[in-house]
Amino acid sequence: MTTADASPPPRGATTPATDPTPAADPALATDPALATDPAPAPAAGAAPGTGVGVDVDAVPLRHPGRWAAGVAIGVLAAMGVHSLVTNRNFQWGTVGDYLFAEPVLRGLWATVYLTVIAMAIGIVGGIVLAILRMSPNPVVAGAAWLYIWFFRGTPLLVQILFWSFIGALYPRLSLGIPFGPSFVSGDANHIVPLFAAAVLGLGLNEAAYMAEIVRAGINGVDAGQTEAASALGMSRALTLRRIVLPQAMRTIIPPTGNETISMLKTTSLVSVISYNELLNATRLIYARNFQTIPLLIVAALWYLALTSVLTVGQHQLERRFARGTLARVGERR
Amino acid sequence: MSGTAVPMVRAERVRKSFGQHVALREVSLTVVPGEVTCLIGPSGSGKTTFLRCINHLEQISGGRLEVDGELVGYREHRGRIRELRPRDIARKRREIGMVFQRFNLFPHLTALENIIEAPVRVRAERRSEAVERGRALLARVGLADRAGAYPAELSGGQQQRVAIARALAMRPKLMLFDEPTSALDPELVGEVLEIMRQLATEGMTMIVVTHELGFARQAADTVVFMDAGRVVEVGPPATLLTAPTHERTRAFLSKVL
Repeated sequence: MTTADASPPPRGATTPATDPTPAADPALATDPALATDPAPAPAAGAAPGTGVGVDVDAVPLRHPGRWAAGVAIGVLAAMGVHSLVTNRNFQWGTVGDYLFAEPVLRGLWATVYLTVIAMAIGIVGGIVLAILRMSPNPVVAGAAWLYIWFFRGTPLLVQILFWSFIGALYPRLSLGIPFGPSFVSGDANHIVPLFAAAVLGLGLNEAAYMAEIVRAGINGVDAGQTEAASALGMSRALTLRRIVLPQAMRTIIPPTGNETISMLKTTSLVSVISYNELLNATRLIYARNFQTIPLLIVAALWYLALTSVLTVGQHQLERRFARGTLARVGERR
Repeated sequence: MSGTAVPMVRAERVRKSFGQHVALREVSLTVVPGEVTCLIGPSGSGKTTFLRCINHLEQISGGRLEVDGELVGYREHRGRIRELRPRDIARKRREIGMVFQRFNLFPHLTALENIIEAPVRVRAERRSEAVERGRALLARVGLADRAGAYPAELSGGQQQRVAIARALAMRPKLMLFDEPTSALDPELVGEVLEIMRQLATEGMTMIVVTHELGFARQAADTVVFMDAGRVVEVGPPATLLTAPTHERTRAFLSKVL
């Protein structure tokens, strides 16, 4: 830290030894570029003869092992591509026919929708559970523990099936004041409870996992931060919202990204209760035309596309919440 | 209003124990408004614990502790002492600034954001006014040009100066310093002590736990020597640091000086 603002970066320090002052000026001018992007420096060092005169002109070490591994993987990849192209059972034409078919796109939309809602329930529920779990009230903390214990302790598939058969337990569901009047009431086996079963099954289970992720994140924040906030007269809630959670985000976001990607694929489980998401949509098609493999490929391609988009989004979020960390300063050096 | 009659801090036989371990045994001490009090003594003598009791980061186990004439962490009602609600404890803490050994700046906020956070969120000051004042405070600690820097981009000495500015932004009537220079590289100690000396000359009431006897000698009105959870000796720096009456003080000073 101290060297960073006291003296110019290492490059500037070496140039005066070999070069007189004129060379020092351009070196200083390129400093910001070096500071923001460390890549150019090693690249210039690796390529002999380029770069400025001070670079070491050495014969690079050879890596035959790397070459062998590269060739082996190249051969395997060629075999894979060859089979993809020549094996007619893939039926790429059929894949193309159904990739943008209307029922598939509707299923895709349902999958995205389900993922978003289930993760929203999972994240909000997880934060609430994590805070309850750390409550000084043992009854509250115990209830949160019990929830996590139950939802992590039973298979998700069982939970989804349970929610879908909730009609056997409560034939009518209503929304209203407890023990008072109800505003909305309906048959539990109506179409909305099917979506509700899918969302509840996925979201409530996710909340249990998210709770542990959030709790680990909060516990990872230095106790001195809470003390400093307290000393400034900040309340417990304000400290949590403004000081602790933003810092905890840094450790919470990468696993949450993984959970979201995982959730996107886990939504396929609700096809067992015939909720018409991506997998179920393709299953319905191949049940009629028996083009099983091409349609599973259609589903797989869409899952891959969506997880790729999510991976990029996760990376962006991580960068956003990494501000003010040592890693960032590391980049600048 | 309170005038000089009411001491800023009045501790009467304050005790504090952590389970079996007794950190403070009957500490009695009075701090007069506008004065600088330095707490010195070996580590484990209870200096930091006592400081943390003053803004109720630690709850005292016995005795009586008042800040500006009001009990810390409690209120008296019909002859009974009752615990304060967290909200009331927080309200009282606003008036006491604290500077930590390890700075404890908020790493996800810039220097300026660190300073305006509590004024805006806790004292509900208008943001534009808080920013203006924040910049003035940064200028006062010599960091006008680093308003946008994150703590990790600042040196230890700069971080501690921001931490002092952050505490001052709440307009405290009392400033507590918990070994503010102990985590600093030796060459950065001076810049922080310089700010503290300025504050002292401006009349801020300060309680400073420190190992910097040079600072105590120059800036303190009163030096308190603590050992094993007790106040051993209290006096003006000229007397206590050069001609201590107690053997324990003499032994400590001979090792440190």
